[in-house]
Amino acid sequence: MTQAHAAPAVVADKLRRTYGDFVAVDDVSFEVAQGEIFGFLGPNGAGKTTTIKMLAGLLLPTAGRGSVAGLDILTQSEAIKHRIGYMSQLFSLYADLTVNENIAFFSGLYNVPRDKRAARHDWAVQMAGLADQGKRLTGQLPLGLKQRLALGCAVLHEPKILFLDEPTSGVDPLSRRRFWDLIDALTQQGTTVFVSTHYMEEAEYCHRLALMNRGALVALDTPQRLRAGVREPLLELHTSDGPRAVEALKGLPQVVETSMFGRSVHVALHQLEGAVEAIAARLAERGLALTASKPIPPSLEDAFVSLVRAAGGAPTG
Amino acid sequence: MNFWRLWAIARKEVIQLRRDTRSLVLAFLLPLLLLLLFGYAISFDVRNVRTALLDQDNSAQSRQLIDAFRASGYFEFSTPIARTSDIGSLLDHGKAQLVLVIPPDFGRKLGSGQTAQVQAVVDGSDANSATIVLAYTRAIAQTYSLKAQLDGRIVQRPITAESRVWYNEELTSRNMIVPGLIAVIMMIVAAMLTSLTIAREWERGTMEQLAATPVTRAEVVLGKLLPYIAIGLADVVMCVVLGVWLFGVPFHGSVWLLMALSTSFLIGALGLGIFISAVARSQLLATQMAMILTFLPAFLLSGFMYAIDVMPKALQLLTYLVPARYFLVVTRGIFLKGVGADVLRVQGLLMIGFAVIGLALAIFVFRKEIR
Amino acid sequence: MTAGAPVAVPAPPVIRVDGLTRRFGDVTAVDALSFNVAGGELFGLVGPDGAGKTTTLRMLAGVLRPTAGDAILGDVSVARDPEGVKHEIAYMSQRFGLYADLTVLENLDFYADLYLVPKRERAARLERLFHFSNLAPFKDRLAGKLSGGMKQKLGLSCALIHQPKILLLDEPTFGVDPISRRDLWLIVHDMVAQGVTVVVSTAYMDEAERFDRVALLFEGRLLAVESPQALQDALGGEVLVVQVEPARAARDLLRRHPRVKRAALFGDKLHVTVASAADDAPLVEQALRDAGLVPGSIAAEPPSMEDVFIERMTEAA
Repeated sequence: MTQAHAAPAVVADKLRRTYGDFVAVDDVSFEVAQGEIFGFLGPNGAGKTTTIKMLAGLLLPTAGRGSVAGLDILTQSEAIKHRIGYMSQLFSLYADLTVNENIAFFSGLYNVPRDKRAARHDWAVQMAGLADQGKRLTGQLPLGLKQRLALGCAVLHEPKILFLDEPTSGVDPLSRRRFWDLIDALTQQGTTVFVSTHYMEEAEYCHRLALMNRGALVALDTPQRLRAGVREPLLELHTSDGPRAVEALKGLPQVVETSMFGRSVHVALHQLEGAVEAIAARLAERGLALTASKPIPPSLEDAFVSLVRAAGGAPTG
Repeated sequence: MNFWRLWAIARKEVIQLRRDTRSLVLAFLLPLLLLLLFGYAISFDVRNVRTALLDQDNSAQSRQLIDAFRASGYFEFSTPIARTSDIGSLLDHGKAQLVLVIPPDFGRKLGSGQTAQVQAVVDGSDANSATIVLAYTRAIAQTYSLKAQLDGRIVQRPITAESRVWYNEELTSRNMIVPGLIAVIMMIVAAMLTSLTIAREWERGTMEQLAATPVTRAEVVLGKLLPYIAIGLADVVMCVVLGVWLFGVPFHGSVWLLMALSTSFLIGALGLGIFISAVARSQLLATQMAMILTFLPAFLLSGFMYAIDVMPKALQLLTYLVPARYFLVVTRGIFLKGVGADVLRVQGLLMIGFAVIGLALAIFVFRKEIR
Repeated sequence: MTAGAPVAVPAPPVIRVDGLTRRFGDVTAVDALSFNVAGGELFGLVGPDGAGKTTTLRMLAGVLRPTAGDAILGDVSVARDPEGVKHEIAYMSQRFGLYADLTVLENLDFYADLYLVPKRERAARLERLFHFSNLAPFKDRLAGKLSGGMKQKLGLSCALIHQPKILLLDEPTFGVDPISRRDLWLIVHDMVAQGVTVVVSTAYMDEAERFDRVALLFEGRLLAVESPQALQDALGGEVLVVQVEPARAARDLLRRHPRVKRAALFGDKLHVTVASAADDAPLVEQALRDAGLVPGSIAAEPPSMEDVFIERMTEAA
């Protein structure tokens, strides 16, 4: 899957972007191997889109360097655009053009060699599941199909590196799975995919993840290792009154953090020993009952919260 | 209608205005600039007309006529000319605006009681100035003729160019402009500022949120209106104060009457602005509509810049629909003529009517629902 | 709040939605929705973009007129008296609906004024809201300068300042960082504990498990209205969770298996939807072994809400 010896597809070296006082991207560094699905995970405003734009040659960094497909992002940004595919967060297809017209437009834009255009057109249409809908207006397509078509248009010129900025935002789960199947298929052929998302569940599809928060890189690892890296054991509790239980457990020495999840309470502990007893006791003091408790494996969200907390506490506004 | 909610809307609007430099500039700086611009720089008075003189007579009479022109102070005899064949080239190159040619028999004809001719050739490419120059020339020639008559000579006025009399009461256009400017400034406040306010809230998404609260349409409209009325009246005061102190525009009438009628006009204009904002729902469209429906008519069709009576008939009829036209009568009347409510009764009622219509349009057209 | 089977609700429903429909030209955004929400319930509208969640909430809030049908909140009809509902409800729109050029405190005071909250009660209410939202240190900051999560917390605080009986929240956690998301949910759960009826829309399938009951929406139509538990149980006999490496290869293999309806990656496990978990588990295991893949575990586990949604979606198509 990933070739450790080949040159990295994407390199970011202390990338920084500021807007006046506001630091959108704060000295971010990482490398993406060829053929990898590299995920950029973080909430809105974390700096994901800004970083992608800097790498894709759409935005000039305030400081730092980087390279994409071996080309320097500072000096060779135009050349980079020929080598990459880019799907922006806001919609990139023209709603008032038909499917065929959009494909033709992007073929021209990316200078797809004439003799390949028909084949690429067919491939894109097939891949998006729009086989006999070439004459349909793009604006009338359901979101899931539009996303797949946009993906198709972004790779008409068979780029080696693909940048996807929140490609499945708002899409139904089935379409999302199909979209990710397409990504998989592309990486089988050696394409490197750089994708940003704020859906924790989607992040699991990536080979490696970079967690971003407020412009800074909080962690960089495989999803499995990120989850395993959560040091605090987690318990799921069932109580007679969730919110009051959360309130009650604040300040208990064994407890790092509590939160509501569904109808249960999730508790992050310093250690598992004696925790359940302490919790039961505290709840009993407040007239609450602990009906069940079990350890649960940490999710990516738990990893995110734990890392942000370790990096310096709750976000300061 | 609940007063506290209305007040809350007004207060929010004020806080936002205070923090919005662009709106503040439009509200105060722009009117100030307009006042200074129109007051100082723009004037329909014509001075220092570049004149070329070809005196082929060189008699005592011709020199008297030339002195009359010089004494008026409007003409500048700096351009030399040797022959009549130079006239074309002088005018073409703009070296002279007016060429006066006094023929060789001027003095002899006058002396023998005949009509003497003087030729005046005017550069008509700037029609406004040309008209004025001709008017001056005609006036001077007429004065000379009268004097000649009194001295016992009969002289007919030789100048045959068409001329229209520019309606300019004391030949100081500033006195006419400054009062008119008040109307235009009111319209700027309405057109630019209020037309944005509701459209902006829809665009930013705050109106949707506001719409989900119990606030009523009247409370929103009136609440938004209050700060702009204050701004508008502040602008009126600024115009009056600067007009009188800085430009010496006479003010003969009642300040209270001016404020009262200005308030009426303002309410109408603001109501119109809010109506536009409610209809347009996008700031871009709102601004364009406001320009066409309020600002441009006030500027072009109210009698501010261009006399209504010289407009084509169709446009004249149109001006009856322009509220600023009536307001101009009010301001000019109060400033320059010192008239009171009795004379301005019709205009006053129309102002009040305008206020009522503007408000009604705003309140009834503005909807809280998403379309 | 106890987990378990839904309890029969004796009191009349606080929200009754009856054939609620909204068309925009040719498009039917919401198609004859009918469901009830009980008092004090935490109710979810779950579905991707285009499902009609925002349109439905806007109609419930009296901000958009229904084309047909009605919704009764309390005893006020939204179709006949949209202004009447507004005293009892609070609505938080999907886009940030507060004033970016007003401070946190100015926004709160403004909304308190609009709802005529008596001055003497404001201090106490503000304190309570600040306690939950952690916004106190930012009370003089311009709302536009807050992070996404803080903005949402401010929005929620403004909605709650008049202590409404019904709370309508449109995707309140969209793109919000996980820590702020937890704060938001804590506030929501606290409201529910106090008896407020809360309707929340979300496109996040994992959030769907939080609700007492959910309405699954897709393209304007109601797929189901049940508790998450009931929905998962209904599908429970059909999902196998398989732990096997390499996961992608196993997934592709199983997709070709005649007994497998769907197979998808879920973190490092596969969720395999079959006709009957009991019958098909050994067949699935055999298929994997035949291909040289050794599964670490195969278990019939409760399906995720994503599995549920996909199943319902495909059934309805």
